[in-house]
Amino acid sequence: MSLLQRAEQLGLPPRSEDLKLATRCVHTAPGRDPYGAVSPPIYQTATFRQPSAVDFGEYDYSRTANPTRALAEEQIAALEGGRHACAFTSGMAALTAVVRLVQAGEEILAGDDLYGGTIRLLSQVAPRLGIAVRWVDASDPAAVEAAITPATRLLLVETPTNPLLRIADVERLAGIVRPREVLLAVDNSLLSPCLQRPLALGADLVIHSATKFLCGHGDITAGAVVTDDPGLHARLAFHLNAEGTGLAPFESWLLLRGMKTLALRVERQSASAKKIAAFLAGHPQVREVFYPGLGAVISFTTGDADLSRRIAEAARLFTIAVSFGSVGSSVSLPCRMSHASVPPELMDRLGPPEDLVRLSIGIEDVDDLKADLARAFEEAEITDRPRPCGASPHNPRPPSLPASPPPSGREGE
Amino acid sequence: MTNPFDLETDPSLATRALHAGTAPDPVTGAILTPIYQSTTYVQEAVGKDKGYTYSRSGNPTVTALERRLADLEGAQYCTCYGTGLGATTAVALALLNSGDRAVLGDVVYGGTVRLFQQVLSRFGVESDFVDMTDPARLEEAFKKPTKLVFLETPANPTVKLTDIALVVRHAHAAGAVVVVDNTLQTPALQFPLNLGADISLHSTTKFIEGHNATVGGALITRNAELHEKLAYVRNAIGAIQSPFNAWLTLQGVKTLPLRMERHSANALKVARFLEGHPRVTRILYPGLESFPQHDLARRQQVSGGALLAFEVEGVEAGIRVMNSVRLCSLAENLGAAETIVTHPASMTHAAVPLEQRMATGITDGLIRVSVGLENPDDIIEDLRRALEA
Repeated sequence: MSLLQRAEQLGLPPRSEDLKLATRCVHTAPGRDPYGAVSPPIYQTATFRQPSAVDFGEYDYSRTANPTRALAEEQIAALEGGRHACAFTSGMAALTAVVRLVQAGEEILAGDDLYGGTIRLLSQVAPRLGIAVRWVDASDPAAVEAAITPATRLLLVETPTNPLLRIADVERLAGIVRPREVLLAVDNSLLSPCLQRPLALGADLVIHSATKFLCGHGDITAGAVVTDDPGLHARLAFHLNAEGTGLAPFESWLLLRGMKTLALRVERQSASAKKIAAFLAGHPQVREVFYPGLGAVISFTTGDADLSRRIAEAARLFTIAVSFGSVGSSVSLPCRMSHASVPPELMDRLGPPEDLVRLSIGIEDVDDLKADLARAFEEAEITDRPRPCGASPHNPRPPSLPASPPPSGREGE
Repeated sequence: MTNPFDLETDPSLATRALHAGTAPDPVTGAILTPIYQSTTYVQEAVGKDKGYTYSRSGNPTVTALERRLADLEGAQYCTCYGTGLGATTAVALALLNSGDRAVLGDVVYGGTVRLFQQVLSRFGVESDFVDMTDPARLEEAFKKPTKLVFLETPANPTVKLTDIALVVRHAHAAGAVVVVDNTLQTPALQFPLNLGADISLHSTTKFIEGHNATVGGALITRNAELHEKLAYVRNAIGAIQSPFNAWLTLQGVKTLPLRMERHSANALKVARFLEGHPRVTRILYPGLESFPQHDLARRQQVSGGALLAFEVEGVEAGIRVMNSVRLCSLAENLGAAETIVTHPASMTHAAVPLEQRMATGITDGLIRVSVGLENPDDIIEDLRRALEA
C-alpha cells in the first residue's frame, strides 16, 4: 500500500468525489472558459464590464474576486475536503486574515513551536490592535485545556511544527475547544492535504503557505485558508477584499499548474525523506533526528552549531535557502533563517536550537541525496575553523528601536 | 515643474519613466527587467546572501518598480503592495495602535472608508472624516490627538480639491503623519511630497499601470524611518505585489507622462462640451475656469487630470445616460486607456452609509467619467447621444 493510500484511509470522510486524490489533483472543476481550454485562461484584468449601471456581473474588480483565483480556491478547497477557500498573496496574508477573526480584547492561544513569521505577527502586530497572545505546548492537550480562558477566541497550531516536527493531536484539540467556542486553526503547510486533512479531524480552519508543497515549484508566494463554515469564509473573504490581499491571477494560474503534480511530488518526497531520516538516525555525527514518519521535512541536531553550519554549506544538492516543499531539496539553519524573526525576548522559549539543521527533501533521486549528505558530513568534519554562531546581521529589531539601514529583501527583518 | 495648466508635463519625467530605477541585465544585457518568478534565493553561506532571501520580503522585479516610482516622485523610498487598499492597510498598521486616532478627508474612496470604519475601528482605532476645505473644520479636527492624516485630492468622485500644503501645516503642528492618495493625478501631474506630505499613496491599478491589466499599490516617501516601518509591516502581514504584476506595471508606467498629458487634454475638451449641454445641471472639472477651486488647481496640479463629474436631472436620467453609452465602458475602475463611466452611488461608494455619502456631494444623480485616450470627438459624440437618449 502506498504512503498516499494509507493517508487516504486516515479518517477522511467521504466527500462528493469518489476519485482518489492523485486523480483529483489532475481533474479540477471545469472553468467556464468559452473555448474549453484545458489549461485555464489567466484573467489578467483589473476590471470587468458590467451589464448595466445598476446590475452587477459575477465579477467586477480583481481585488475582490478573479476567475483564475476562484479556480485555484476551488481546487484547494476540494483537495482539503472543504467547502470554501480564499487564496492570498502569501501565507502571512492568510494568517493575518485568520487573526482578523479575533476582536480587540480577545485572546489567541498559539502553539509554542511555530514559523518565525507567525510568531512575529502574533507578538509584534496583533497586540498593537488590542489582541492578547499566549503560547502553549500544543502537543500537550492537558496544557491546552488548562490554558483556555473566557477571553480565548482562537487556538492556532502547526502540526507537525516548524522546525521541530512535533505533532499535535488535532482531533483531541478540536474536542477540547469546540464546547468552549474557541476556533481551531491548523497550519497544514508542512504535510499538505495529501498527508493530513485537519477539517476531517475537527479543525475549523486550515491555513496554507501555498508557496510550499501546494505550488511546489519555488516560483510563487501565496497563501490559503480553507473552511467548511460559510460564515467564517464570508468574514475571511471580507478581509481579503477590504485589505486587498487576494492572490494575483498569474500566481493563481501557476498555483493551479503546480497542484496537478501535488500527489506525485508528495509521494516521492515523503518516500525519500523516510530513507534519509533513517540514514541520519544512524549517522555518528547526528545527535537527534526530528521526523514524524511522513512528510518531506526533517530536522536534526549535531550538538555543535558550527558543525551544523559547515554541513549545510558543504552540501551541493541541498540549496541553502529559506522555504521548503519545493521540487528542489534545500537546507537551512532555522535559528539564522526562518526563525531569525523571532523577537529576542521570545527566543529562549520559542527559538530553535542553534545547532538545528532543517532539510526539505525534493524529488531528486534519493541515492544522490544520501550520497551528497554523506559527503557533506565528511567534509564538515575535516574543516575545523571555529566561527561563533552569534546574532545574525540580518535580524534587526522591530522599528520602535533605533533605526538601522533600510531593509532589503531579507526575511527575518 | 513647468507652468501649470499648459498641459505639458515636466520633460525629464518622460525619460525617467522609461529608465529610472533599472539598468540592463548585467549578464545578458536584456533591457527589460527579468521577471524574478522565484520565491527563494540561494545563500552562498548561511546568512550570506545578495540582498534577497525570500520574495515576500523583497523581490528584484518588485524592487525595480519601487525604484522607478520613487524616482518619479523625487523620493528615495517606495514599497509596493498587491492592491491600493493593501497599501492603505499597511500605512494604517504601521502608524496606528489601538487607542490612536486618524483624520481623513470627508470624500475618500469607499474602500478606504470601509477599512477605517469596519476593520480598524474594531481594534480601537478612532477615525474622523473631515471636510478639509473648510478652515474651521480643519482647525477643529486637530484639537484631539492625531497620529495620521489621510486625504485624496482631487477627491473621488466629487473632484473636490484639498490644499495639501495647508493640511500639512496643521498636521505637522499636531505631530501627525500626512498621507496623500495621489492616484488620480499621479506623479506626472501632482507632487504631494514637494508640498510637505510625508507619504504619497497610489493605487497603481489606475493610471500608473494604465492598461487595466493588474491591481497594485504603492507608498512613496523621503523619510527613511517611515519607510522602514512600512517595509516591516508589509513583510509581517505579507500583503505583497507579485513579480509578474510588478513587471506589467513597469511596462505600463513607461507611457505615464504621455498618457496623462492626453488624458488631461481630452478631459478638458469633454468638460467644455458637457458645460455647454442643456441637460447637464452641474459639471466639475479642475481645468474649467468655472471650477470653484480653479486657483488651487493651478497652484497644486500640473493640469486638470482625467477625472470629471457631472449631474443630470434626477436618478432616472442618470441611469439612462449610463445605460446608453456605447463607446464608454461601464465599470468601477478608473485610470485605464478606455473612457469609463461610473455611477458612484450604486457602485464605488455603495459601501458608504447613505447620510455620509449625501453629505459629501455624492448624490444619486452624480456620474463620474474617467476620460480615456480615444479621440475626444468620439467620446463627446458618445456622451451627446447618451444625454439625448
